[in-house]
Amino acid sequence: MQKDDERLVHSRGEEFLQVFKKGAEFTQDLLRENERLRYRLLELEKCQLVGEAAPASELTKLSERIADLEREKQEILDRIKQVEEENQDFAARYIEIEDENNNLANLYIASYQLHSTLDFKEVLQIITEIIINLIGAEEFAILLLDEKSDELQAVSTEGVERSEIPVVRLGKGIIGGVAQSGESHFAADCDAYERDFNAPMVCIPLKIKEHVIGVLAIYKLLMQKKEFAAVDYELFTLLAGHAATAIFSSRLYSDSERKLSTIQGFIDLLTK
Amino acid sequence: MSDYNVLIVEDSPTMRQLIAFALKRIRGVRIVEANDGVDGLKKLSSERFDLILTDINMPIMDGLKLVSLVRNDANYKAIPIVVITTEGAQEDRERALALGANDYITKPIQPTKILDVAKGLLRIV
Repeated sequence: MQKDDERLVHSRGEEFLQVFKKGAEFTQDLLRENERLRYRLLELEKCQLVGEAAPASELTKLSERIADLEREKQEILDRIKQVEEENQDFAARYIEIEDENNNLANLYIASYQLHSTLDFKEVLQIITEIIINLIGAEEFAILLLDEKSDELQAVSTEGVERSEIPVVRLGKGIIGGVAQSGESHFAADCDAYERDFNAPMVCIPLKIKEHVIGVLAIYKLLMQKKEFAAVDYELFTLLAGHAATAIFSSRLYSDSERKLSTIQGFIDLLTK
Repeated sequence: MSDYNVLIVEDSPTMRQLIAFALKRIRGVRIVEANDGVDGLKKLSSERFDLILTDINMPIMDGLKLVSLVRNDANYKAIPIVVITTEGAQEDRERALALGANDYITKPIQPTKILDVAKGLLRIV
C-alpha cells in the first residue's frame, strides 16, 4: 500500500516534471517569439523611417524635373512661335518675290517686244499694246519731237483722234515742259483728273540717255484701273528708255532703207 | 507629252506672250497661240485642248462669237473658257459669262490672276 502510494507520488512527480519541462519549453518559445517580433518591429520602424525620408527627396527631385520640363516646354513653345513668325515672314517674302518675278517677266516681254522689230509702225503698235495691256490706259497719245521746228506732234493715238491732240512747242505747257526737262509728270489725283489734251494725267518723256525724242501722254485709264501700281512706274521708266530707242532705231532703219532704195534706183538707172 | 493643252486666242503678240509666260509656270503645260476667233476654231479642230483663253476685241471673229460657237459644239463644249479683255463693265462680264465663259479677267494683265484662274479650271491643286 505504501509502495503503491510512493509509486503514485513518483508517477505524479514525473508528470509534474514533464508538465513543468513543457511549460519551460513553451516559455522559452514565447521568449524567442517575443524576441523575433521585437526585432521585426524594430526593422519595420526602421523601414518606416527610411520610407518617410525617401519620398521627400524623391519629391524634390521630381519637382525639379517638372520645373525643368516646364522650362523646356516653354522654350519649345517660344521656338514654335518664333518659327511660325519666320514662316509668316517667308510666306510674305515669297509673295513679294512672286510679284517681283511677274513684274520682271512683264518688263522683259515688253522690252523684248519693243526690240523685236525695226518697222516704225510696228514699234508704235507694240508701245500701244504695252500701254493698254500692261499699264491699263484707255486714252493716250505718242508725240514725237521735230527737232527742226521744236514741235511735238502726235504720231499714234488710242481712244482719241490724232487730230484732237494739239501740236505743242518745246517747253510750252506740261507736254512741252516734260519734253524739255526730261522729267515725268503725274497728275496729283487720278480720280479728280479731267481730260485736257494740253495737260495729260501722265506725261512720260521718251528719251535716249538725256536726249528726249518725244513724250507719251496718258489721258484716261481703263475703268477697272483705279490707280497706278508700283510696277507702272517701272514700266514708265522702261518705256522712257526702250520705247525711245526702238522708235529711234526703227526711224533710222526706215530712213536708211529709203535712202538705200533711192541709191539702188540710181544704180539701176545708170547700169541698165 | 504635255499634261495640259492650252489655247490662247489673242490678236496682240505682246499680250499672247504675256499670257503664255504666266501659264508656263504650270508644269506640263503646252501652249498653242491663235490670232483671232477663226484661227482659234481651226486650232481647236486639229487637236484636243484643256483650256481656252480668249480676248474679246479681235479682227475677223471676236472672242464672244468664239465662246458661243465653242459652247454650242458638242465636241468642245466641255472645254473651260477664260475671257481676258479691256472691257471692265459689269454688263460685258455678265454677257460673256451668259454665253458660257467660265471666268472673266480684265486688263491690265495680272499674271498671278491668270495663273490662279487657269489652275482652278485645270483642277491643279
